[in-house]
Amino acid sequence: MIRLERRSEPNRLFAGITPVLAVVATMIAGGAMFAALGADPFVTIRTIFWDPLFSEQFASYSRPQLLVKAGPLILIAIGLSLGFRAGVWNIGAEGQYIMGAIAGAAVALAAYPLEAVWIFPAMILAGAIGGWAWAMIPAILRTRFNTNEILVSLLLVYVAEQVLASASTSWLRNPEGAGFPGSRNLAQYPSAANNEIIAGTGMHWGVAAAFIAVIAAYVLLSRHILGFNIRLAGQAPRAARFAGVSPNRLVLICFGASGALAGLAGLYEVAGPARQISIDFNVGYGFTAIIVAFLGRLHPVGILFAGLLMGLTYIGGELAQIMLGLPAAAIQSFQGMLLFFLLAGDVFTNFRVRFGGRVAA
Amino acid sequence: MKLKSMIAGAMIAAVAGFSAYADGHEPTKVAFVYVGPKDDGGWSQQHHAMATEMAEHFGDAVEFSYLDAVPEAESERVFTQLALAGNDIIFGTSFGYMDPMLAAAARFPDVKFEHATGYKTSDNMSNYGARFYEGRAIMGHIAGRMTETNKIGYIASFPVPEVLRGMSSAYVHAKKANPDVEMTVVWLNTWFDPPKEADATQAMIDQGIDVVLAHTDSIAPLQTIQASGQRVFGFGQAADMIQFAPAPRLSSIIDNWAPYYIARVQAVKDGTWESAATWHGIEEEMVGIGAFSEALPEDVRAEAQALMESIVSGEYHPFTGPLNKQDGSAWLADGEVANVGDLLGMGFVVEGLDVEIPN
Repeated sequence: MIRLERRSEPNRLFAGITPVLAVVATMIAGGAMFAALGADPFVTIRTIFWDPLFSEQFASYSRPQLLVKAGPLILIAIGLSLGFRAGVWNIGAEGQYIMGAIAGAAVALAAYPLEAVWIFPAMILAGAIGGWAWAMIPAILRTRFNTNEILVSLLLVYVAEQVLASASTSWLRNPEGAGFPGSRNLAQYPSAANNEIIAGTGMHWGVAAAFIAVIAAYVLLSRHILGFNIRLAGQAPRAARFAGVSPNRLVLICFGASGALAGLAGLYEVAGPARQISIDFNVGYGFTAIIVAFLGRLHPVGILFAGLLMGLTYIGGELAQIMLGLPAAAIQSFQGMLLFFLLAGDVFTNFRVRFGGRVAA
Repeated sequence: MKLKSMIAGAMIAAVAGFSAYADGHEPTKVAFVYVGPKDDGGWSQQHHAMATEMAEHFGDAVEFSYLDAVPEAESERVFTQLALAGNDIIFGTSFGYMDPMLAAAARFPDVKFEHATGYKTSDNMSNYGARFYEGRAIMGHIAGRMTETNKIGYIASFPVPEVLRGMSSAYVHAKKANPDVEMTVVWLNTWFDPPKEADATQAMIDQGIDVVLAHTDSIAPLQTIQASGQRVFGFGQAADMIQFAPAPRLSSIIDNWAPYYIARVQAVKDGTWESAATWHGIEEEMVGIGAFSEALPEDVRAEAQALMESIVSGEYHPFTGPLNKQDGSAWLADGEVANVGDLLGMGFVVEGLDVEIPN
């Protein structure tokens, strides 16, 4: 009989090495899967993890793309991690991401074709407010009417997708687009374009914002009383209440911060890599960021690495599809394995495995 | 042990796979990018089937690869990586790939790009599309003749010209066949979402609609009709969907891309590829009309056949005046035929069609 026994303290050694173990286990199990699909597992793993960074053929393009892909993931995941630490569950970052993009793009499109230096900052502000406002709906419903914030924030994603469809087919549609859906191309509107800060590096303003968010979250959690309250509310909700932490205030702050950061991610994306508001603008960053937040152990630095790793599996996974003809589903399974092994590793962090003995009936 | 032998087997397979072309000639590298899963039963599956047909046509002379379920917002990176991987010609089969492909095409002037259903071209990027409204005319006629409740339904994806053209054409010809017919349009805001398509179909059946035309990508509408067990009909869309014949599938609009794909790849091989905008219909066989079902009465089948022949011969255009726009303003005078520009950018529907275009 195998039993799991809760540890009184999480095992620090395991907490540190499980991410590494998870990556190794994913490579082994994923390699076996690739082999079963008829691909050379070593070549496949190299294509996913090595080629995007170092292959002569691809790296000059895919290395910058890694930042482009990881930027929004990190930005959103940092916001979500604050709430997750406090036991406040914002599952609807995808919707806040969409609303931020719409709000920011709307500012640009309203100003078009004026060229002015204030336009991009105004878009950033609008993007943050758009995401924040959308996140306030589940937050206020929770604090006022005690609704379930998981459900409300998730379902609002589908509402946001309908708003996006409506925006791209009517009120933000490109009037010169011959009736086709989609807004003007913001990348061709100099005052609104979120260009690379240094050409050829993939480093656009959204990636810079992600790095700033990592540092800010680190300082907040380690040095600021609010960060302490967030951690306390998550670990010992009763103690937090006795200490005078208002749960409602925390809900509003956590949802507000994560919504604003998701909205920012959406704005930087629509003005940069995605170029325009379109029906299928959102590609799941808001959901993937949840995985990134947990993969990074809800720690700002961890999230930074988790976002980069996740980005790498996307870019490398695409390369594996292109070069080796692997199906997209195999790459998604591979990413799923990574999360599975990480969560499985958590079991060993929090529990001790006992062999033998009897289970009490 | 087991793992080891599996790996060994895979290595042998991989080596065998790469050892072709002993005579040293370079195969043309052709890549396809689909927006939906390659087995969606409709749009993307049909492109994949046609691309596969192209690959089989050329055999060893072509190296064919594809990526499916690629979101439009991610497609620029995919096109770029495909170009870096050495592909000679890259096809993208979703409207939303247009601007991303244009951007990628600008960076790789030596690679040929082909975009389906858009309207932009560049020196090394063509667009191609099919006059599906010709097929819609025939399906509309059949729908008008087959309905007993005088209620037909149209499952619409997005209010883009392609869909507005399709529903207008279907409505005009249903109305000609049966002046009492009413058409209900439901917007799904998606190209591919089987549960949503099924729900919409069921809701239509519940309202007494007995012929459903779908402008989405999956087989869910026909599945739902079949499961209802009622006298309700539908049509194959993108693929023949012959598995639902003789009923509920009465006929189908088949996207027959293979001849175009073969011609374009051949042009790359010959060095004669040029950027072009192509819009072919039934005559050029880009739009195929699936066999008329035995469930159709003899006279309806004959009428549908005659309508098809008149479109093919050019004697009849599905958009021939007098036709007004939905708001009552004049569009085509008596006997006037719609021009290509109006049709490609169609942002309205015809008069009498009771539909709110999302605005």
